[in-house]
Order: sequence, then structure tokens, then C-alpha cells
Amino acid sequence: MGLAHYACGSREHGLNRRQFLQRSGLSGVAGTAIAGGLGSLTTGFAAEQLKAQDMRLVVFNMHGGLSQLESWDPKPGTKTGGPCRSIPTSVPGTHVSDLLPYTAKQMHHLCVLRGVNTSEDDHGKGAYMMLTGRRQTAAAEYPQIGAVAARMLNDESRGLPGHIVVTPGGGGGKGNEAAYLGPKYSSISLGGSKPPPNTTKPDGINDEAELRRHDFRRRLNAEFLTRRRTAITDAYTHSYEQALRLMERRDVFDVSKEPQADQDRYGKHDLGRQCLMARRLLENGVSFVQVTHSNYDTHNDNFNFHIEQLGEFDKAFATFVADLSDRGMLEKTLVVVLSEFGRTPNINLYYGRDHWSKAWSIVMAGGKVARGAVYGKTNDEGTEVVDGKVDHGDLFHTYLQAVGIDSTQSIAVDGRQLPIADPAAAPVWKVLT
Amino acid sequence: MSLPIDITKTHVVHQWKHDRPLIACRISPDGQQAVSSSEDFSLQLWRIPGGEKTVLKGHESWVHALCYSPDSQQLVSGGCEGSLMWWAVRAEAPALVRKSDAHSGWIRGVAISPDGTTLASVGNDMLVKLWSMASGEKIAEWGGHERHIYSVEFHPSGNQLITGDLLGKIHVWNVADRKLERTIEGTPLYTENKGQQAEYGGVRSLAYHAERKELIAGGTHKATNPFGAVHEPLILRFGWEDGALRKSHACEGIPGGLVWRVQWLKDGTAVGISGGSTGGLLLFFNDSQEKEIHRFKLPSLARDMDIHLESNMVATAHYDSHLRISVMNA
Repeated sequence: MGLAHYACGSREHGLNRRQFLQRSGLSGVAGTAIAGGLGSLTTGFAAEQLKAQDMRLVVFNMHGGLSQLESWDPKPGTKTGGPCRSIPTSVPGTHVSDLLPYTAKQMHHLCVLRGVNTSEDDHGKGAYMMLTGRRQTAAAEYPQIGAVAARMLNDESRGLPGHIVVTPGGGGGKGNEAAYLGPKYSSISLGGSKPPPNTTKPDGINDEAELRRHDFRRRLNAEFLTRRRTAITDAYTHSYEQALRLMERRDVFDVSKEPQADQDRYGKHDLGRQCLMARRLLENGVSFVQVTHSNYDTHNDNFNFHIEQLGEFDKAFATFVADLSDRGMLEKTLVVVLSEFGRTPNINLYYGRDHWSKAWSIVMAGGKVARGAVYGKTNDEGTEVVDGKVDHGDLFHTYLQAVGIDSTQSIAVDGRQLPIADPAAAPVWKVLT
Repeated sequence: MSLPIDITKTHVVHQWKHDRPLIACRISPDGQQAVSSSEDFSLQLWRIPGGEKTVLKGHESWVHALCYSPDSQQLVSGGCEGSLMWWAVRAEAPALVRKSDAHSGWIRGVAISPDGTTLASVGNDMLVKLWSMASGEKIAEWGGHERHIYSVEFHPSGNQLITGDLLGKIHVWNVADRKLERTIEGTPLYTENKGQQAEYGGVRSLAYHAERKELIAGGTHKATNPFGAVHEPLILRFGWEDGALRKSHACEGIPGGLVWRVQWLKDGTAVGISGGSTGGLLLFFNDSQEKEIHRFKLPSLARDMDIHLESNMVATAHYDSHLRISVMNA
């Protein structure tokens, strides 16, 4: 077995060239024997089998902290209920806020968890916990769910990145999202309906010149990597190769290729286009897409802002879920709607709600998740969880299990076995089928 | 007969407590009754000056829109559930007369024509609707605003209706044919905060002064952080004939301030009620300067007001669940 020459000399970074070429789908392509060393970290883990299941994951990140009372756990007519009412859904006995009339009609696909208690009211820490399943510490960084999904689920032979974040402006996706999995699994950010920037061949360069340029780059890289290879240099090199594949599949990111009727159905606003982009990416085999909807941090004028924001979200999200179902994709796709926390039951003097992590809600749909279900319960005024309490760690386990990943397993990194999810938490088995 | 008005002598004379934070309030034209709405969905009738309370229940959500008929016999309320309710408020046992499922979503404003025959309502469905006060029948409805409509007032002639929306657009409609006559731009009241991807502000209130032929519009500006209540109160003063902006009445030192309602005093002083982290403030402006000529600090954050010109009385609805009655004289 030929070991790659990492600067640290660790065998765990080693990569059998033949294995790599088979996995990456690049066998027969001269001069491309470059990949992330972490691609080999499959020991004891049935990665190929998992990828064969072709599961996908979508996260709707309701940035700022969606109010559970104006969405999934309304308390109309109570001291904390505010002006919004509850409406019946397609599941008898289950009600949601009247700000979600379209989503209410898709409730038979959804599973609402109303007993979330994460005990963290800070935006950054809450977001970290919800996306990694762990509390942030100085001692360790943990990969976000998107990086884990990309690592475990993505079929690289499709030539598309496995971890994509769609925001209105294309921002986000920064930081150490992939942690020990390596930067290869960090996200690529897309701005709404636009393909990634700089993915067209420069004017004045023909195909032959383009091939020569890249061949030259590869030869230089190969020479350099014989002496100075690290996971970071692999990530850089991987980025170049990924960019080339993106250029070949640029149309995948062009929402204007979707029928006009679909563009109308999703709504002519950023979130509508983001949702349509997410559908398009999933259909083309991308394993993880995060759609960010901003902003729900409504300390002031909570109700007007939720009318405004959920007015966009409701129809776009409901259309997305219905389309996945109609196209037979929901069985293979887990959809999660989360925030960094919920909002206070108390209505402040500005008609606002503040940060509240002690009793709030998330929603899942698809994959191996029960349909039309409600798990967990808060008290009459929504101030405490009284049944079915879960936290970020439990949810992280549950997301992974819902796409067929055994969340109790570990990944080998640098000779250490790192639990993929927090061993102190557990999947919410009651919502899994 | 009340004492001559002196805004510098404004003081609270009554404060009556309900069970939950208040939202809106009005004084009946005869000055004998006030009404408030609360976060518990109810309306509270308060007898002036005794403060005896009668609670009216029927709405299924908050009520932001209240208006008395000119004869003080009827009250119309518009709720966030979209219902208009007509109440007989001077009956021995005040009661609901009529209910109409009027709008899809929140009703933001109601106004009754000067002759008392027609009710106008506006809301989040971006529609303007006219109703017969006698029968409750809908007379007309039309669109034309591109965002939620926050405010509505009749011109004293009764021939025109003035509506204001989130974008700061103030539309003047011909009541007879429902045609848009013109638009007055109140855009300083609107903020599109791209960083927070939020639209905020709007024409929260309108008032017309017949003799001065001026229109005032209240709301907020400098909304650098709308989600965090970082904005300041603003009243715009327009000439009615030309629609030109004559004064931008801004106030300093009122963080989180927003003018929930504007009204006129007879002498052309514009009055606004502002909330904010500094509490509730009555703000007074004349046409000689942009800054206020006087501010009166109320004991708690206020969310609405109504002025009874004949008695120099001001009712204010407060977050601390109180309806307060102040007088603008010694």
C-alpha cells in the first residue's frame, strides 16, 4: 500500500491509490491522484453501503431564532400567545400557527418536536450546538451536520460538492465547519439562484489551452505534494478539481432552467428561489443543502416580522415538501427546520420576543422520520417542556439515524476513534421508523 | 368648561388598571367614555371620570383598530383575526351588535366618515374596504397598496380617504369612484434594512388639519437595527394641496421610539405618542421648528393615545396595563 506523504507522517492519512481512484470515479484520468486523506477514513464503517442508499439531508436554518409560538407550538388566547391563532392541519388534532396555512396542508409529511430544551440563549453558541450536536468547548471542534452528511453520504462521482449552503447573498459557510473531517467537507455557498461565481472559462482561452493549464497545475502540485503534503494542501487541490467539475455541471446551479410555473409556485423572492435551488441540487445528487432564511431575531415587533418572514417561508417550504413527496424523493431526503433557539413566551414592551432555549420546537420530514407526528409537549403558556424533552445532542443523533447513519459509531481520525455524535445523547427513537 | 389648553401643564388625572398590557385606546366624541384593547383579546369600556370598567369579549385576537361613531353610541373594533365588530356601547348592557369577517389577516385601521354613515377599514390584505354603518353591508373594496396598510383617515369633507402603508406611501382616494387621486411620499418613515433583510416602519398614523390644510404622518426612522428596537420617532408634516414635506419632526434621546399615533390640537400643534426604552412620551410640535416644543413623560411605556379636544383630555394605553387620562392644562 502506497502511503501518501503527509508532513506529519501519520499512517492514518494514508491512501491506497487504487482505492482512491475507484472511490473518486477518476480512474483512468492521468495525473489526478490527489484527494483528501480523510477519504480513506472508512475503517469499520460501511461507507459504500451507506452511499448506496442515496440519502440526502436538507436543513432550513431559521436564522436569529424562529418563534415557536408563531409557528409550530401556538398558544392562542393565553398570556403568552400573542395575536396569532392556531389553525387545523392535514393531521386531525394537530394545529399550527395561522402564519403557516400552506405548511398546515403538508403536516401529514411532517414531524414536530415541541420539547426542545437546549439551555443556551447565545446566538453563536446555540447555532453551533444545533448544527454540531455538541456544546462548544475550547478543547475540541466538531463538524457540522452538513460536513458529516457530505462525508458520509455524498457520491463524489457525480462531480458535485456534498455540502452546499444557500443564502440570499451567497455569504456564510465560513469557519471551521468540517472540523476534524477536513476542509474538503466544508460548505460551498451559493447566492440564491445563481451558480457559484467564477465558474465560467475566461474569454480568450480555448479548450485546448484550458486543458494544458490544468495539466501544468497538476504536475506542479504533484511535485510539491511529494514533499509537503498536508490535509490543507489536499483541500486546496481538491478545491481546484471540484471547481473544474462544477464548471462542467454549472447548469445544475441555474434555477432559471426550472419551468417558469415552478418558479412562480415557490415565490418570486429570495427564499422561493433558494428552495427551488435546493430541490434542483437534491435532484442532481447533492447530499446536503442548507437553506438559510433570515431574520427571526425579533426582540422588537415580533409579530409583524414573523408575518413578513413566515409569509415567505410558508408557501416556499410547503411547496418544497410537497414536491419532494410528489417526486418520490421524500423517502430518501430528511428535511429539518431548525434555529439556534426559540423565542420567549413573554411578550416584551416592544411587542417583541427575546431569546428562549428552554422550550421550543424543530420540525423534520422525510427519511426515516415518522409522518404526521407530534412529539413532546410544553405547558399551557409554553414556558417549560412537560413531556418529550430533547436537546441538541439528541436531535443530532436523530438526524443522522433518519438518513441511515448509525450515529452511535465513530470515525477514525489520526488514529483516534471520534464518536460521530455525542455519546451522552441518544436518538429520539420514537420519531424514527 | 375646561381650562385653556397649556401643554406644559399636562398631567395625569386618572389611571385605571386592567389585567394585561393594553394595545389601543379611544375617547368617545362626547368625552364620557374611553375604550381600550388588551393583549387578552378583550375591549374595556371605561366610564369617565369614574373609571368603572365593562369588559367586552368577542375578538379572537388583538385589536389595534378602534373608532367611535360621531354620536358616541357605537364603537367599531377591528381585530388581528380579521373581524370587524360593531358594539352598542351606551346600552345599559353594552353588547355586540354585528360581526363581519372583513379582512384576511390583521385589521390595522378603521375610520368613520364625518357624517357617520360609512366605515373604512384597512389591513394586511392590502385592501381598503368601505362598509355601511347602518347595516354593516360592504359597499366597496379595492387594492392599490403594495404592502400592509397601517392607517386610514377620512378627509373632513368625507369625499376623500387617506391611507398609509409600510412603504411610507400615503394614497389619497376619491371615495365616490374609489380612484387614486394622488400619492404623498412618506418614504422617510420606511426602512429597508438589507443587512437584516427586513422592511420596517411605515405610516403608523395619519391626521388632517382642515383649517391649516396640513397632513401629518407618524412612525419611525433611523432604524439601524429594527430587530433590536434601534430606531427613533418621526412625524412628517405635509402641505395638503401640494403634498410637499414642510417639516420632519424628529426627536433626540428616545431610543426605540416609534410614534404610534399622531393628532392635532386646534392651534396646529401636532401631537405624537411614542414608546421606547425611555418610556411613554407625549411629543408636541409646532410649525416653527423641527424639534419638539414640549415633551411630557408618562409613567410607563405607551402604545396609543386619543385626544379629546373639547376637554383637553388625552387617553393613553400602556404596557403596564393602565389606561391613563391626562389633561393638557393646569
